[in-house]
Amino acid sequence: MARVALSGRRATAAWIVAASLAALGAAPAQARAAGDRPAPSSPDHKAVPEGMVLIPAGSFIPLYSPGIRKAGEAPAPVAVGSFLLDAKPATNGQFLHFVQEHPAWRRSQVKRVFAEPGYLTQWTGDDTLAGPDDGDRPVTEVSWFAARAYCAAQGKSLPTTMQWEYAAAASASSANGEADPAFVRLILEWYGRPNPEVLPAVGRGFRNLWGVYDLHGLVWEWTLDFNSALVSGESRGDSSLERSLFCGGAAAAATSFRDYAAFMRYGFRSSLGAAYTIANLGFRCAAPA
Amino acid sequence: MSGRRSAEPRFGRVAARVKAVPSLLAGLLMCTGWAALAQGQAAQPLPGIKGEEQAELTVAPQVPPPVTRRYATKVVVNLEVREVVGRLADGVEYTFWTFGGHVPGRFIRIREGDLVEIHLNNHPSSKMPHNIDLHAVTGPGGGAASTLTAPGHTSTFSFRALNPGLFVYHCATAPVGMHIANGMYGLILVEPKEGLPKVDREFYVMQGEVYTRGANGDTGLQPFDMQKALREQPEYVVFNGSVGSITGDNALRANLGETVRIFIGNGGPNLVSSFHVIGEIFDRVRIEGGDLVNRNVQTTLIPAGGAAIVEFKVEVPGTYILVDHSIFRAFNKGALGMLKVAGPEQSGIYSGKTSDSVYLPEGGAVQTVSERAPAVTAQSPEERIKFGERVFTSVCLACHQSNGQGIPGVFPPLAGSDFLNADKKRAIGIVSNGLEGQIAVNGHTFANVMPKLSLSDEDIANVLSFVYANWGNSKQQVTPEEVKAVRESAGH
Repeated sequence: MARVALSGRRATAAWIVAASLAALGAAPAQARAAGDRPAPSSPDHKAVPEGMVLIPAGSFIPLYSPGIRKAGEAPAPVAVGSFLLDAKPATNGQFLHFVQEHPAWRRSQVKRVFAEPGYLTQWTGDDTLAGPDDGDRPVTEVSWFAARAYCAAQGKSLPTTMQWEYAAAASASSANGEADPAFVRLILEWYGRPNPEVLPAVGRGFRNLWGVYDLHGLVWEWTLDFNSALVSGESRGDSSLERSLFCGGAAAAATSFRDYAAFMRYGFRSSLGAAYTIANLGFRCAAPA
Repeated sequence: MSGRRSAEPRFGRVAARVKAVPSLLAGLLMCTGWAALAQGQAAQPLPGIKGEEQAELTVAPQVPPPVTRRYATKVVVNLEVREVVGRLADGVEYTFWTFGGHVPGRFIRIREGDLVEIHLNNHPSSKMPHNIDLHAVTGPGGGAASTLTAPGHTSTFSFRALNPGLFVYHCATAPVGMHIANGMYGLILVEPKEGLPKVDREFYVMQGEVYTRGANGDTGLQPFDMQKALREQPEYVVFNGSVGSITGDNALRANLGETVRIFIGNGGPNLVSSFHVIGEIFDRVRIEGGDLVNRNVQTTLIPAGGAAIVEFKVEVPGTYILVDHSIFRAFNKGALGMLKVAGPEQSGIYSGKTSDSVYLPEGGAVQTVSERAPAVTAQSPEERIKFGERVFTSVCLACHQSNGQGIPGVFPPLAGSDFLNADKKRAIGIVSNGLEGQIAVNGHTFANVMPKLSLSDEDIANVLSFVYANWGNSKQQVTPEEVKAVRESAGH
């Protein structure tokens, strides 16, 4: 009961902020010095902005499908429309630029309801990074509110969980790497390794079929609807959740009990509140194609 | 304490009022009360709870001291979840997920009726969210539903310890089996109101399996292997988190004549333990950690996610080996511990080896075990070929190959062999005595060695008859007499 009430409260706060940000008027996309690789272009689409990658439309079977699945029904693939996704997670350097432009999101000025005390504590000051190399490292210790504001300031948004999972399903050679043991191992070994003392720079790690870096192996990432799902604290009951309890009436049983990498991602997201700031949780932005 | 006392009458009134309302309404009040508690609002103190204390938690094999209170209290338990790289075996490291930095998790000791407030603190350096399910909890998920905790966060919930016993606690975050296999299990003892009988030594031992990518003994940092976990085929089965954690210098220790109590749990995630102490008989076993006491037990089953309390008096000095008596786990996978008992020998109970002498059985040193199978003699050319095939298969096939084709450049062919067919007596001689030196077979030269084979005249006759009868050879018969003649002439 408590959990539901809490989720509701979080979600409400989230949408209030979203609305207020929209009212403020999102700044147009800033040209960013990201991306050392030209983004793929498609004749059917407007030019792909620098630093972003076009994820073509397709379908996949997520661990938790939206909508209600009847008992005994096979999980159906979910269609995902094409969208743009940042090729790399947002960095400390980029986020520093953002807080300089938007002082309300500075460490000293952020409203406590939007970010926990841990917000940007890896920085040495309001606009000073701990070291010269930190600029290229993924920004972490940022709340969902802050991440969303950052994306909105560039005319983008956070990817939905479905978009993120769809993009992240791609291995280096296939849109769906589920059957590729080496790809699965790459993901799982990161989950099983403790956090490094210092995070590596973005864009140095795993690059998938679409040209997106670091979806696995660097940091966890916020999604727009991170807690619309679906995993309660009691993971063992999640095969028969009371569906109406959850935002969007989203459903219930996982589609695959063997995809434990996905279980861990959904489990991680479900442990979050929108104001949380966590040492290995960052984000990247998405935009309509 | 004083603040508590002043508040007590108020609880009394609340309790009285709750009693007065219809039971349905009482149920509703309880529901809202728990909901308020779970939301972090001020909890209504519960009747019968006196005072508050911080739980003393211990790392295995240590056990906190017995509860001496004779009343229920509020016990605050602070558990810190840490993901740490640690030693699994010599040269083998593993990323353990822990309640308190070690495997198994810290031992919690409370008393029946206590109100337990669990603070689950997930260290900021953790990669994963975690939670806790304590089997001592009466309530959904055993606490798991209330404690899913992101890195750098703390979850709090309370429960009333309604049932006494020894209980497992573990992490129940998906995938549950992986969190347990990585070390997230421990024991909580809820002492009965009257306490446990006094003993001289108490120890905390917990079994668990580890599923490493590499085989047992492969060195380096080993990742978790989900496939092995699904097949329930661990590379390691260990006591207290690692191979050798309670052996040698780390062995459990007691003195002669002392009573020993082991709180033995099994985290699993998959295997059931057949817990046994070699050379001891458990005087008493609290079966499955509950009230039922069995006596004079050799081996007790510990279910995965279960526990038992075993007690015995150590009456003979020496080293006692703790094992999972599914014995390959003990001697090949690590489920082995030691209890060293110090004190003077007790020859009246156990004499030790009193002599070592030569054993001379009746009827001399050589025993005939059974009749040897009689030699078979071929009665017809067909039988000769049939018996010959057996000899070929067991003696010749490895080099000359199944169809007599040999191996080019190494072993000459027998199939359609000009060398073989040209001279039967030469062939008999070679099989009887071996061959060394260069020969030419079907236009190819070979210079290998064929060893002398210990075959009877009958066997040689049979195998050569088989070879001549097959693969395009000359179909000559060879008899034991011919073999004998060749051997005798060679001997002269």
